Amino acid sequence: MAVVERPPVIGPGHDFETVSKAISEIVLTRKTPLGWVFGFLMAFTFMMIFLMTATYLFLKGVGIWGINIPVAWGFAIVNFVWWIGIGHAGTLISAILLLLHQKWRMSISRFAEAMTLFAVACAGMFPLLHMGRPWLFYWMFPYPNTMTVWPQFRSPLVWDVFAVSTYATVSLVFWYVGLIPDVATLRDRAKSPFARKAFGILSLGWRGSARHWFRYETASLLLAGLATPLVVSVHTVVSFDFAVAIVPGWHTTIFPPYFVAGAIYSGFAMVLTLAIPLRAAYRLEDFVTMWHLDVMAKVMLTTGLILAYGYGCEVFYAWYSADTFERYMMWNRMFGPYAVAYWALIATNIVIPQLLWFKKVRTNVPLLFFVSLVVNTGMWLERYVIVITSLHRDFLVSSWGRYAPTVWDWATFTGTIGLFLTLFFLFIRFLPMISIVEMRTLLPQAGVKGKEAH
Amino acid sequence: MHGQDTKSSLYGLMAEFEEAGALVAAAHRVREAGYEHVDAFTPVPIEELHEALDLHRNEVPLIALIGGITGCLVGFFLQYWISVIAYPINVGGRPFNSWPSFIPVTFELTILFAALTSAFGMLALNGLPMPYHPVFNVPGFERATTDRFFLCIEAKDEQFDRDGTRAFLESLHPREVTDVVP
Repeated sequence: MAVVERPPVIGPGHDFETVSKAISEIVLTRKTPLGWVFGFLMAFTFMMIFLMTATYLFLKGVGIWGINIPVAWGFAIVNFVWWIGIGHAGTLISAILLLLHQKWRMSISRFAEAMTLFAVACAGMFPLLHMGRPWLFYWMFPYPNTMTVWPQFRSPLVWDVFAVSTYATVSLVFWYVGLIPDVATLRDRAKSPFARKAFGILSLGWRGSARHWFRYETASLLLAGLATPLVVSVHTVVSFDFAVAIVPGWHTTIFPPYFVAGAIYSGFAMVLTLAIPLRAAYRLEDFVTMWHLDVMAKVMLTTGLILAYGYGCEVFYAWYSADTFERYMMWNRMFGPYAVAYWALIATNIVIPQLLWFKKVRTNVPLLFFVSLVVNTGMWLERYVIVITSLHRDFLVSSWGRYAPTVWDWATFTGTIGLFLTLFFLFIRFLPMISIVEMRTLLPQAGVKGKEAH
Repeated sequence: MHGQDTKSSLYGLMAEFEEAGALVAAAHRVREAGYEHVDAFTPVPIEELHEALDLHRNEVPLIALIGGITGCLVGFFLQYWISVIAYPINVGGRPFNSWPSFIPVTFELTILFAALTSAFGMLALNGLPMPYHPVFNVPGFERATTDRFFLCIEAKDEQFDRDGTRAFLESLHPREVTDVVP
């Protein structure tokens, strides 16, 4: 056992009843908070923008976007990678940290997992919309068809289909399995007959039997063990989309680890972006303590440094390879037409997050919130720089080009933020955003004091 | 032994405890007394109960292993069949069976099958979903998902005796002992 004295992961003075009450009341209260209504309407407006742009896209085709030849992968891929990266923190928190027995993960795992699901849903929109004919998306899957055509399994883009759909499915199952006992708590505490019924169906008739718990715990551990290599594989496969191509700036072996580190970095930034307003709005400071924020900031700092190493490696490779095109790509990235994006990326992803070395910053909630937003922006810029600067000037000068996003690109992107927030607002209103069972296990009440207690 | 009707009219007897420690101690006593069909209902998983209720091994890992191996084989041979037999395409002279390229999808399907079988296997072994169960008829059982600990001796147990078992459960100092009606 660890000897190091750690701050408590839960506020003082709680027992099973107060914990269950504090978390379930957010869902079971009849009065919807005004702030929720306002936030939901804002998010919903942006989701409507998304639906409208998608409709217009279906009518006109991808020509409404700024993509062209050579930059055939524009915002769609940038946003896809950004969203899928954000999703990774959820699985990391709930799976890897579970295997590492990090108790602090418990109070943030539920909504981080929800964040994963919704981020993956947003990510999935982009490859779908980027297809010329999105209604034929099922052609990506191997199924017997009258054309007798099958997918090409030597292509990373096909691997991506399997990686992302597996990731979405496993995350959903993991999240739902975690929810079952909590939903049973809601079923038993709900006053309204409708809520009792709805939560009753969702809880699958969970009754807390010791035999059920025994298998449940095994299954949770197995799912965590399976999700751990999965989460690493997903962003690795995403990075293969780039690294397997021979485009300068993409064709490097550093891509898989550096993409995974970047994914965790952006994911933790998003968890902080969501957790900081949530704990204030719902008075959850007892569960998401200052210590949690501090630890998450440290994870961000660490992964940010790994990312900085990755950027350094890219520059080194470009020089050390002595490859004309690689060297030009790096020079063009730093001083070409998209230099502003590159230096903004260095500032937001590397320079500003160094503030997190200071405990004063890590414990200053508004400043931490600001840094998390900066990192979110930085990680988006990273993908923008990787996709655009590599594609717009590759080998032949005659096939160089420029890329500029159109208003529809921006509308689709902000629209998916609306979709994400809409789903998130619905989640915090209708499901427990912190795992009640895991909070209970943190309390002394969950322990057994001696074999013969009486 | 009592008559058949005593057994059939009752699912079992439920004792309610306020503390996890009391429940675990009671579970040990119940098992020592020779009862076999015993279950506990708790708001949190309690590891000490496994020993008390003789829960040493479950089938979930085996099911997940079978699922994982199936996923692995399905994943690889699906790609092999498609790329070598059903739809062979020569891409720059690369072999049809480019097995290193098949690893990512094989891996993903291994994880997918193993995860789905462990989750659904767990639910199936637990007999869930089960919308109705006699224990829900126990007054106050809704607190089993908040802060109360329950122990149930089922009527189908050979040693079960309506009055004798009740007296035995009372001797374990529960808050209350209730009949569980089916």
